[in-house]
Parts: sequence; C-alpha cells; structure tokens
Amino acid sequence: MQTKGKVFKYPDNVDTDVIIPARYLNTSDAAELSKHCMEDIDAEFVNKVSSGDVIVAGWNFGCGSSREHAPLVIKTCGTGCVIAKSFARIFYRNAINIGLPILECEQAAEEICAGDEVRVDFDTGVITNITTNKTYQAQPFPEFIQNIIKSGGLLASLK
Amino acid sequence: MAMTMTQKILARHAGLDSVTPGQLISAKLDIVLGNDITTPVAINEFNKAGFSEVFDKDKIAIVLDHFVPNKDIKAAEQSKKCREFSCSHCISHFYDVGKMGIEHALLPEQGVVTAGDCIIGADSHTCTYGALGAFSTGVGSTDMAAGMATGMAWFKVPSAIKINLTGKLSKNCSGKDVILTLIGKIGVDGALYRSMEFTGEGVKTLSMDDRLCICNMTVEAGAKNGIFPVDDITREYLKNRCERTPVEYTADADAVYDEVIEINLSEIVPTVSCPHLPENTHPAAELSHIKIDQVVIGSCTNGRMEDMEAAYNVLKGKKVANGVRCIIIPATMEIYRECIVRGYTTAFVDAGAVVSTPTCGPCLGGYMGILAAGEKCIATTNRNFVGRMGHTESEVYLASPQTAATSAITGYITAPEEGK
Repeated sequence: MQTKGKVFKYPDNVDTDVIIPARYLNTSDAAELSKHCMEDIDAEFVNKVSSGDVIVAGWNFGCGSSREHAPLVIKTCGTGCVIAKSFARIFYRNAINIGLPILECEQAAEEICAGDEVRVDFDTGVITNITTNKTYQAQPFPEFIQNIIKSGGLLASLK
Repeated sequence: MAMTMTQKILARHAGLDSVTPGQLISAKLDIVLGNDITTPVAINEFNKAGFSEVFDKDKIAIVLDHFVPNKDIKAAEQSKKCREFSCSHCISHFYDVGKMGIEHALLPEQGVVTAGDCIIGADSHTCTYGALGAFSTGVGSTDMAAGMATGMAWFKVPSAIKINLTGKLSKNCSGKDVILTLIGKIGVDGALYRSMEFTGEGVKTLSMDDRLCICNMTVEAGAKNGIFPVDDITREYLKNRCERTPVEYTADADAVYDEVIEINLSEIVPTVSCPHLPENTHPAAELSHIKIDQVVIGSCTNGRMEDMEAAYNVLKGKKVANGVRCIIIPATMEIYRECIVRGYTTAFVDAGAVVSTPTCGPCLGGYMGILAAGEKCIATTNRNFVGRMGHTESEVYLASPQTAATSAITGYITAPEEGK
C-alpha cells in the first residue's frame, strides 16, 4: 500500500480542536464533518487537498480530545497519510483503529516542506521526497498493530 | 519483575503474573464509557461490524453531558441515538437529563467506578478515575465499540513517571494549581504514552476532589493515565458508593520509573495557563494586567463540591465586576442540588453570576458561553487551544476556582489572597 501527493505542513502540538472544532460535533456524519477539516488552523485546507496528499507535522500531533472525528475527517478528505515527529496517544490509537495510515519519522517531519511531492510506502515505512529526491525510513508498526491495519481496522480484526 | 501500580492492574486484568513496559496485552474491562459526542460514532461502528449484543449491560456507562439539554436539532438527534441504544441494550448506567452530570464527576460520585478497575472511556479525560486507584484511560469511539462488544481492549503497557509529593498546599491553592504547575514543568507531551504515578507524604494532604482534578489533567501532559495510591481518604470516599468491592494495588518498592519528579506542595502558588497551550503557565500574580470578559467555573476538571465551595467563599457578598460574565456550572445534579441547599446558588446569583445545570458546554466551545473575537476568559476548564471556547481569536486562561472567582470580582486576572 502506498500514497503519493503534495504536502501540507503543520507545527508541533496540532490539537484535535483545530483539526475538527467541537462546534461541528453535533453530527457524526463523516462527509459533513470533513467540510471543516483543519478549519481552525488552515481554513484553506479543504479547498486545496487532493486525494493521496500527505500531512506532515511536528511533535504530539492530535493532542487533546479523544474525538475519533479527527482522524476520520482527515481520512475522509482524501488525505493519504500523516507523518509526524510523534503522535498523541489517543490519536495514534484512533488512526490505527479506523485505518488512517500514520508514520512517525522525526527527520522526514523536520526536512519535508509544504508543497513538496512525496511518496509513502506503508509496508516498508519508506518515505520518498520526490521534490528533493531524498528518502527516509520510518519506524514500522509492531506486528500486532500491522494485523489490525491489514484487517481493515479494529472491529474487522475482531470478527 | 517489580511493577508500578498501573502495571499491576493491567497484569491482573490481562490474566498475567507480570507485565513489562512496551508489552502488548489484551485486558478485561470493568467499565466502558461514552458520551453524547463519542457514543453515536461508536454505535455506528458497533452496528456496522454486525454486533447485536453488548458484553455486559452493567459494565457500560453512557452519559449525555456535552450538548445537553440539547443545544440544537442535530445534538438532539445524537442524544436520541444514545438513548435508543441504551434502551434497547438495557444499559444500567445510562444518564439522561435530570439525572446526568459531567461524566468524570458523575461516575466516581455514583460509584460506577472504583479502586482497582480497568476502565476505558471515549473521552480523553477518562484518566480522572486514577484518583481512586484505578487504571483508567481515554480512547476513541471504535475502541468503545469494541469494548462494548467484547469487554476487552488492547494496551501497550506503559512505563511511568513518579511524582513524589511532599509538603502541604497553602489555603489559596488547590489540586488545579498542582497539575498546572506540573504540566508547565514537563510540557504537553512530557508524559506521552506513559503513566503519571503520584506518591509521597504529600498525598494524604490532598482531598479526593484535588486528586480527581489532578488525574483529570494528566492527559494534558500526554499521559496514558494518572494514578494515586489508595489510602484512608480513598476508602472513605468509596464507602457506600460502589456495589463492587474495591481492589487495592500498590506499586512495588523497587518498581522502575523513567524519571522521578519532586513537587513540594508548600511551594505551589496560584497558577494560570496562558493561551494557547496548557504548558504555558505563569503565577497568577504576574498576570494582573490581563482584563477578562468572561469567567467559567465548572467542567470535569473543577465542577465538584469543593470547587463550588471555593467559588462561594470568594463570591459571597461580593459583586462580579461590571463588563464580566460569570458562568458557574455544578458538574452533577447532586452537586447542583447541594449548591441550592447550602445557599451557594443564591449567593452566586446575588453576586451577578449565572448558574447552569450540568454541561460540558463552554469548555469545548459547544454552547453556554462562547467567546467572540478578541475576548478573554479565565476558566477552570482544562484546555486553552486556539478556538477552544469560541472564536479563533479569543483567549482562554486556565486557573483554579479560587483564582477564577477572585478574577470575576476584579475584572482582571487576580491571585487569591493567602489565608482565604
């Protein structure tokens, strides 16, 4: 599995309130929620994002509220993958459980710039910056988590 | 191998003699929790996956607290969905308007959770129940759905930070000042993926409300859970509340910690977290130039009886400053009622404050106190992210009930006097 697209770059401590503000959480409809993805940090995100694009961020991405709506809207917008220096633990869990690919890679998150074109291979953890022709190796998931992802999420893995 | 308190609870619930940090385990759950925002997503997932039965109707808690009494039609539909699911599965711990409270104040109060439990909740502040000596952590809706169906959850066993408490808080400080100081020290990801285990001589000087407040905000340091040892204060609190028998766990004397942080409670001062991260802490006394438009006293962090009492002691016989809106929200119906019985509600209204029935409302920018551009609010809530309480150009300052109430009177951020 892989994704290829352009990069949207964000800083450290991107919280779930800016990913999907609580004022929109009176619905659980993913398509409706996703119109507001990243609204409070980047109002133009939803207009610019294309299928397969990649979010690159700093430390502690997805901190704050446990709302699963956060990884859900990122996925529903077509985002192919999130690369960060680290993820807040509930976001990390939620992303795996709903099947949004995420990778932790400090160097890639540091060096990749907004607008770069990147290719990410989830099976190998190899991130290729096509714009700069540089590659990075992200930490692969433990086998247990890979099995959840391969099954198509937590609930599918339980059946 | 020696284990921390958290590791012992996880080992027992995974049916293992011992666990080590990093180990992936599957653990039995004592309580699975959700609210009116996260439960509808969990119900969707539960149904989509084809489950028809919950694992145990007595071990699931569904609390309508974020947007109730319903703020709009969409919120009403969400509540309806929770209500119908709870009814069709005969969920014992379903709390609707009139009986509800903010989940993390309600569940300990009603004895739904107890010492030694292994708990997941689809709400990040589920870590609150560590105050009772339980392992309790926030998860998402899919985990909640899986928990409701199977009674199990997977965990990566965390390593821990030990926080050694000594001394005693001065009268103008509370648990909120302790946890804000700690987050200021280690940062919003200072405890990422790890447990924060509180210990030391200072523990016995902290009330249960202080401990609940401290554990509540451990997630604001990135922690998986916060936990306090079980002592006489815990036993007294749990007595006659929970039908289930509490189980006491203690950390091994030679348990291994990633680091040890010393906190002398006597040195804590009234503390405020400035926008836009909880780690951006300053002594309240240094912020007296900041003029405020709104005060919120409530939330799962600080809507308990001691918080109401602290606000009452400051506000009784005084007036909220001109141009300041002061919103007070007791966290449960029991606390709401007690505020009426004790005359707090009258004193709050006489002071010019408004008193609401329990709701998370303003804390997450839902309703009941949304800020306009440029407005500033001092709040006893738990997050001050961009746009958290309204407009992205508004500002939230996090503080204790004493500091928030004192600021309501002056109209500026004001540290409570010592001895008050």
